[in-house]
Amino acid sequence: MPDSKIPAVLVLQDGTVAYGNAFGAIGTTTGEICFNTGMTGYQEVFTDPSYFGQILIMNTAHIGNYGVKADEVESDTVKISGLIGRNLEDQYSRKVANGSLGEYLKTNNVVSIEGIDTRALVAHIRTKGAMNCIISSETTDVEALKKQLAEVPDMDGLELASKVSTKEVYELGNTDSDIRIAVMDYGVKKNILQCMVERGAYVKVFPARTPLAEVKQFAPHGYFISNGPGDPAPMDYAIDTLKQILQEEKPVFGICLGHQLLALANGIPTFKMHHGHRGLNHPVKNLVTGRSEITTQNHGFGVDPEAVRKADHIEITHVNLNDQSIEGIRVKGKPAFSVQYHPEATPGPHDSRYLFDQFLDLIRKN
Amino acid sequence: MPKDSSIQSVLIIGSGPIVIGQACEFDYSGTQAARSLREEGIKVILINSNPATIMTDPMMADRVYLLPLTVESLEQILQENQIDAVLPTMGGQTALNLCKEAEDVGLWSQYNVRLIGVDIKAIDKAEDREKFRQWMIEMNIPVATAKTANSFLEGKEFAQEIGFPLVIRPSFTLGGTGGGFVHDKEDLDEALNRGLQASPIHEVLVEKAVLGWKEFELELLRDSADNVCIICTVENFDPMGVHTGDSITVAPAMTLSDTAMQLMRNTAIDMMRNLGNFSGGCNVQFALNPDTEEIIAIEINPRVSRSSALASKATGYPIAKIAAKLAIGYTLDELENQITKTTSAYFEPALDYVIVKVPRWNFDKFKGADDSLGLQMKSVGEVMAIGRSFTEAIQKACQSLENNAVGLGYYGKSLMHAEELLEYIKTPKWDRIFRIKDALMAGISVGSISKATNGIDRWFLYEIQKICNIEKKLAEYDLDTIPAGLLREAKVNGFSDEQISRILQHGNEEDVYNKRKELGITRVYKMVDTCSAEFEAKTPYFYSTFENVPEGAAGANSNESKASDRKKIIVLGSGPNRIGQGIEFDYCCVHGLLAIKESGYEAIMVNCNPETVSTDFDMADKLYFEPVYWEHLWEIIEHEKPEGVIVQLGGQTALKLAEKLHEKGIRIIGTSYDSMDIAEDRGRFSDLLKNLEIPYPDYGTAYDVDEAISVANKVGYPVLVRPSYVLGGQRMRIVINDEEVEKAVVSLLKHIPGNKILIDHFLDRCQEAEIDALFDGENFHVMGVMEHIEPAGIHSGDSNAVLPAFNLTPLIVHTMEEYAEKIARELNIKGLINIQFAIKDGKVFVIEANPRASRTTPFIAKAYQIPYLNVATKIMMGTHTLKDFKFEKKLKGFAIKEPVFSFNKFPGVNKELGPEMKSTGEAIRFIKDLRDPYFRQLYKDRSMYLSK
Repeated sequence: MPDSKIPAVLVLQDGTVAYGNAFGAIGTTTGEICFNTGMTGYQEVFTDPSYFGQILIMNTAHIGNYGVKADEVESDTVKISGLIGRNLEDQYSRKVANGSLGEYLKTNNVVSIEGIDTRALVAHIRTKGAMNCIISSETTDVEALKKQLAEVPDMDGLELASKVSTKEVYELGNTDSDIRIAVMDYGVKKNILQCMVERGAYVKVFPARTPLAEVKQFAPHGYFISNGPGDPAPMDYAIDTLKQILQEEKPVFGICLGHQLLALANGIPTFKMHHGHRGLNHPVKNLVTGRSEITTQNHGFGVDPEAVRKADHIEITHVNLNDQSIEGIRVKGKPAFSVQYHPEATPGPHDSRYLFDQFLDLIRKN
Repeated sequence: MPKDSSIQSVLIIGSGPIVIGQACEFDYSGTQAARSLREEGIKVILINSNPATIMTDPMMADRVYLLPLTVESLEQILQENQIDAVLPTMGGQTALNLCKEAEDVGLWSQYNVRLIGVDIKAIDKAEDREKFRQWMIEMNIPVATAKTANSFLEGKEFAQEIGFPLVIRPSFTLGGTGGGFVHDKEDLDEALNRGLQASPIHEVLVEKAVLGWKEFELELLRDSADNVCIICTVENFDPMGVHTGDSITVAPAMTLSDTAMQLMRNTAIDMMRNLGNFSGGCNVQFALNPDTEEIIAIEINPRVSRSSALASKATGYPIAKIAAKLAIGYTLDELENQITKTTSAYFEPALDYVIVKVPRWNFDKFKGADDSLGLQMKSVGEVMAIGRSFTEAIQKACQSLENNAVGLGYYGKSLMHAEELLEYIKTPKWDRIFRIKDALMAGISVGSISKATNGIDRWFLYEIQKICNIEKKLAEYDLDTIPAGLLREAKVNGFSDEQISRILQHGNEEDVYNKRKELGITRVYKMVDTCSAEFEAKTPYFYSTFENVPEGAAGANSNESKASDRKKIIVLGSGPNRIGQGIEFDYCCVHGLLAIKESGYEAIMVNCNPETVSTDFDMADKLYFEPVYWEHLWEIIEHEKPEGVIVQLGGQTALKLAEKLHEKGIRIIGTSYDSMDIAEDRGRFSDLLKNLEIPYPDYGTAYDVDEAISVANKVGYPVLVRPSYVLGGQRMRIVINDEEVEKAVVSLLKHIPGNKILIDHFLDRCQEAEIDALFDGENFHVMGVMEHIEPAGIHSGDSNAVLPAFNLTPLIVHTMEEYAEKIARELNIKGLINIQFAIKDGKVFVIEANPRASRTTPFIAKAYQIPYLNVATKIMMGTHTLKDFKFEKKLKGFAIKEPVFSFNKFPGVNKELGPEMKSTGEAIRFIKDLRDPYFRQLYKDRSMYLSK
């Protein structure tokens, strides 16, 4: 245990200042502040591409207790821009772990701060909404940090998906499979691909801006529209591609950002949420089966509920039991559906993995 | 699915008297269930034989039966009432067993009563060890290798097959009764016999022991539509091998990766969906191999439990309340979150704090008992502490225990050498956590400790090491030189002011307090809201912590407990249950809170016992789940600025804080501190009796053996030797000669050095009786006169007491009442007083007076059907006088208070009764007259257990 802790400071766009101790990399970082209420699975969260550009508060009291493990990741690098915690722990006990959280964050150059009254900040964000923030363990000159913070662009209208999308096409699963799925990658989580491969699919992952003609050479039986960071509204290239895909009458499944894109491709607008949904405990009701599921969520944008309800060609399949927000839709007369939450989980409950079965069944029937 | 409208009336079965393994957590669940059903317009009929429970209060149910928990009682109830359904999942193992027994004799079908919540098949599958195993194997869920034996011979054969170490688990027993580890062949015969005998069906499971694996518990809810959610995941600090009721437990799970967590969650859900007809709360236990992360299922309990009570308090999610709604047909998705009131009840609580539960044991009461911990639960109560870190929570839990701990540490007492410590911690015992800390202070490595304790997770040990590191740094300073940052760090990690002063060896509690206040180091209060602040919650359930308060707008959120401008009264609870102080004070506190609310004040509760009804989030206007410990109380008082504090309702725990409150000028509601002190101080009390010309047994005080012998000879043998200020007759001895006096005094001074020793002449073979009464400063009211069946010498808590007196002459009763009134008047009691009498040769002696609610107050209230605690609280507050109430005692015949013991948990201990209380609970029994055969038997046996 280091004897003297290095001071660090967190400044929010609205002038809130919180002092704490440095953790992970020493430096300065900026991004949009958000919070996640999950009590397990921090490493999966940190490597989830949808968190790109975010500075994350982990609400639970201790983070780092079980260290890090090489294969419990959702992408190859840490995607969050910074981490805020009450107690970030460098010492861990898990026997099958490969290292400590502190080292991991250092290696991945993630500037973090701990000893923060995270609960007070969460309540603040809950009432004031998402905003940008800056963490520094290099300087405690708050005025200088405020200047730097002022230059950070607003998340609203920010296209980030192409920044985390794969640069090259890659393939997973059994090449002989009779189910081929094309994945449009806007920041796909590893385990989404895994969930499809496990069910017997052969998947090919395409960079965000791949023209559909190129994708079609793969002769896919179905399309998967991935999750990802940022605002979906400025993603014209993706919306256009999806519109073309929908013409093909082949099964389409979208998750999170993919859900928002499916809405946009059907003329339904999206909006920036007040402070988003991020955690492992959000209740969703499946209106088709009547059964409910506990879901993993991570989204700062949502689908306009009024517009969905008015749209005759869209069926609402899932709603959030807490705030009645739209959690799942289906395009009437087309084999296309999507959910706002993360059925692949990791981290979180596996209640919703049936959706992958549904997707593959749809392909088989098609 | 909406509620089933064919259910109009429901019978709830309680859990009976408190025994080890089944305590007031079932009063909490029963009370919640009754309230929850009545909210739905359902008529609730309730049976329980325990008079000290809130659930048996007339306000809780439409009809209450204080009857023994037998099939005959059930039949009587079914004859007298139209009952549609019975809910057996709220009263622990006792209720499930009784329900099964009634099913076996066809009672339910005879009266056309439906079982709701669970069906018999599901109970069998879960509770019968062999059926459970077979079921798991069918489901492909790993379990420990085991075989079920129905005979001694079978057991021996299986043991040979499976190999040592192994576990013997009797079927259908409570709190692991009769179970145990067998490390080698020599111990097998005895363990096998004990197990077979403990099982009502003469059946044990011989199981491979998975020592060193980590233990986890999941609390779940399931509805009839097959929705399942996990309310709480609890991690045991002690690895497999210690009964979960005797383990230190932590929530949320601290060392579980998401991969391991989801494996458990999926397995638990599969188990619940496969269990059969079940809607309600359920508990599933797993063991996890830390090397491979494989898991095995240990057990499933298809009912609410001690763990679900803890989980409810830990998360804020009222499991029993929701479980009752699920039993009548509701599904989770149509119910609302009771805390936020805006979100769904179907969700999994997220915690942004840590809770630590530490059990409370009473080994001092069971001489000769094996004090090592194992499969069989031995603790009598528990405390829960909430903090923003594990270090803070574990230290607060220690401060809650009321065993004089000021935090995690011994501070100068009974030091051991490193090798001794390492050896000592190999056996789980009540003080192992303290010894682990000593070992870390002594420089023993985390690795060695983890190994010696057979697998306590290193993460917990690293955290305790943090406490040690801070302590070592603190020791380098004194109050004048200590850096502000270090003092803050200590407070953030749960150190109490008293603890810091002892480590600094400078100043006292108050000096440290003043120092930190100067530096602005002060508590903030956070809300338990089920959702980690994601949603706004209004439920006034708080705990304290220390935070680096942010600058700017967010800073205002740091302290979430906003003091209102209403007039408020604080009620102090009684802390962990233990022998001599238990559920009866929870009953008193609940009524106190309700009376305060009725009188227009804001009622604030302070307590740390998770099993209680008084710490339910909607009992008080505001709940502080905090140690009943001066430092914590004082900061609450500073924050809330109450009109006063009630100490009469929380037993000796609350009363003990009266002196400090008095010193600080805080108003004590009701009887003044000085009057309480007179009653508690033997010398001052005897002077008062002398002045009033009331006889009392001759007595003297002593500080050493010589003095004691001389006093004993002066007052005359036999004498009663005891320390001053004790609970439940702790360490009290009756002795008959100089030699025995010496032995008693030496033993006493060894345990409580420097204590003043009281020596009373003991009135041999006399009659004992007691009075509970009310005084408002002017008028006096006798609530009840109870006569003990056993002669003097047995602690009043262990005696069978009859209300009203059955054998005392009217003159004697009148004399007792007269003395009681004189004492109440002289002490200027405002509220409650309990006075104990001895009657010898027609002469009445006063033995002691307790200026507070007593163990028998709830019993009298129940027997006479008068809300005495409500009246008492209003008198204490001064909002009412006795004249405002009419008392109509409704008892026909007599009520007997019967003590109930838990000796079966301690094979080999001396079951003899004496001046030290040993019973864990009590039952009430009504008899028409003295010809009652039960009473006559009791009376005949009255001297059976008397100590020499």
